[in-house]
Amino acid sequence: MSVVTEVSSDGKKLTISIEGRFDFGRHQEFRESYERLGNKPESIVVDLKKATYLDSSALGMLLLLRDHAGGDSSDIRVVNSSSDVKKILAISNFDKLFDIS
Amino acid sequence: MPLEPLMILIAEDSAADRMLLSSIVRRQGHEVLTAANGAEAVEAFRQQRPQLVLMDAMMPVMDGFEAARQIKALAGETLVPIIFLTSLTESEALARCLEAGGDDFLAKPYNQVILAAKIKAMDRLRRLQATVLEQRDQIARHHDYLLNEQRVAKAVFDKVAHSGCLNAPNIRYLQSPYALFNGDLLLAAFTPAGDMHVLLGDFTGHGLPAAVGAMPLAEVFYGMTAKGYGLSETLREMNAKLKRILPVDMFCCATLLCLSFQRRSVEVWNGGMPDGYLHNIASGERTPLTARHLPLGVLSPQTFDDRTEVFPMAVGDRVFLLSDGVIDTCDAKEQLFGVERLQQVFAANRQPDRLFEEIEQALQDFRGEARDDVSMVEVSLLEAAQLIPPPLVYSDSGQSCPLDWSVNFEFRAATLKRFNPLPYLLQLLLEVHGLRAQSGALYSVLAELYSNALEHGVLGLDSSLKRDASGFTRYYQQRNARLDELQDGYVRVHLQVAPKDGGGCLTIRVEDSGKGFDVERVMARPVDGIRLSGRGVSLIRQLSRNASWSDEGRSARVEFFWEALA
Repeated sequence: MSVVTEVSSDGKKLTISIEGRFDFGRHQEFRESYERLGNKPESIVVDLKKATYLDSSALGMLLLLRDHAGGDSSDIRVVNSSSDVKKILAISNFDKLFDIS
Repeated sequence: MPLEPLMILIAEDSAADRMLLSSIVRRQGHEVLTAANGAEAVEAFRQQRPQLVLMDAMMPVMDGFEAARQIKALAGETLVPIIFLTSLTESEALARCLEAGGDDFLAKPYNQVILAAKIKAMDRLRRLQATVLEQRDQIARHHDYLLNEQRVAKAVFDKVAHSGCLNAPNIRYLQSPYALFNGDLLLAAFTPAGDMHVLLGDFTGHGLPAAVGAMPLAEVFYGMTAKGYGLSETLREMNAKLKRILPVDMFCCATLLCLSFQRRSVEVWNGGMPDGYLHNIASGERTPLTARHLPLGVLSPQTFDDRTEVFPMAVGDRVFLLSDGVIDTCDAKEQLFGVERLQQVFAANRQPDRLFEEIEQALQDFRGEARDDVSMVEVSLLEAAQLIPPPLVYSDSGQSCPLDWSVNFEFRAATLKRFNPLPYLLQLLLEVHGLRAQSGALYSVLAELYSNALEHGVLGLDSSLKRDASGFTRYYQQRNARLDELQDGYVRVHLQVAPKDGGGCLTIRVEDSGKGFDVERVMARPVDGIRLSGRGVSLIRQLSRNASWSDEGRSARVEFFWEALA
């Protein structure tokens, strides 16, 4: 599995971890990771610790997640980005939409 | 039992064996054709196209080997399995059967169970081959279809995309002919004032979805540029349109430029594209044009940020933009080419005109093979006189041309913040046919009068800030900040058109609520085009007639004349 999902015991926090390349090939898995949940979590963490690469379709997937989680009122953190991944997120100015660390 | 009875050809010279075999095969549910030698077998195959052949190796007239070769040739790509019937036992002879095109062999005397199993196995192979061929043809058909669709789509798009001025002498670009289907987009067009707008964009994804968004984007770009809208208005419209029509996960990274040959400056907005570079030829310095914004189509119209940056340029300076394909190029170890390597290519570059080739070469060396999907564009600043924008095309006949009228506008603070009235004013004035020949000068003068009234008048900005490059940037930062905070103030525009000797005269008066300026001191300065500051006033005096300032500089007045039209 290259997309691993974990929900906190109180059901309020969803953590989605990506392993390997985060590109169009992960599209289906990534969507399912949050769409199949019965209750909407209050906050979402996208963990990119094991992600090696991120392309523009991954950025699109993050936008889909944000939309699903309530758009401007969503609470999404993108954590553990490598320096390459951070650069891509910075060029796209996605730090204006997501809390990136 | 096989699911589907086959038509099986039995080629066997011994009548007894033929009959025995026929009855076994018939009992297994198949239809049987028979031949007594190789030549008959080939003929039977030609006429009836059986699906499988049981072939005796040794026969008179034509032996089984030759018959097998001919039948395989006739069958072409279709798999017609041939099972050799043979009493031969030496391995060399058995190998010959397969070399001649046989697929299997069956030793005499016949074992019914093995024969049935072999027919079944061969039938499976035959069906597999048929499926593969069918799918291959289907893929080929779809591929042809797709290529044709792309060709048509590209032809339509090229008509739209190339309606601009990509062939202008100051633009050099490199783009794959099918860049559209990589989501890359390059557009360029002149504004009515002779400025040049350039867009390099990159849609998310590939293929048709990426190409679909390009069309509305190009239409907004060309439509609004031709009408004289500035970058901010055009960007707001493009963003709103893409936000409305694209699915959530699609967007367009883009850099937009406005090169002003008269003001010698470039205005930049970069949303999500890699750094572009402003290359100062005299100092060799390259100023990065960094992405300050989210891509187009992500934010709602309410939250979209259309703020631009302005940089001074000298004649010969160049702006270089590139798509993410350059820095995203990976080597065998998944290392990115990256910005540092690009800057090394810049540093090593000696002939500016060879930059594209050198970047391509560096990418090829790094990656091990060439890339055909990167886009690069370089736009240089020429003397204004070296570029002649194409004349505008008007569709009306001129019979209803208005010749005697006047109109007053007052634009107040809340309007000045977000609205650019120049395109409307220009369109109104170009209803007067006599003015069309000078539309460029007219627009330039109107734009200068308006921005002087707004920036120096209403906003109270000091043009001497623009003396040097850093002040230039500061000036435009202050302009944005003060405009954001603007509470009151106005710009009034008075237009009067009157007939005169068969031709006519346009008088433009622009007034502002600012503090005015020392008219005599500014007018005493020579009319030149070198300084960064005060260019507006000299431009107005060069392009219009009888320019004058009154009310301590708060009111500017210019005239345009035209002769009787032929």
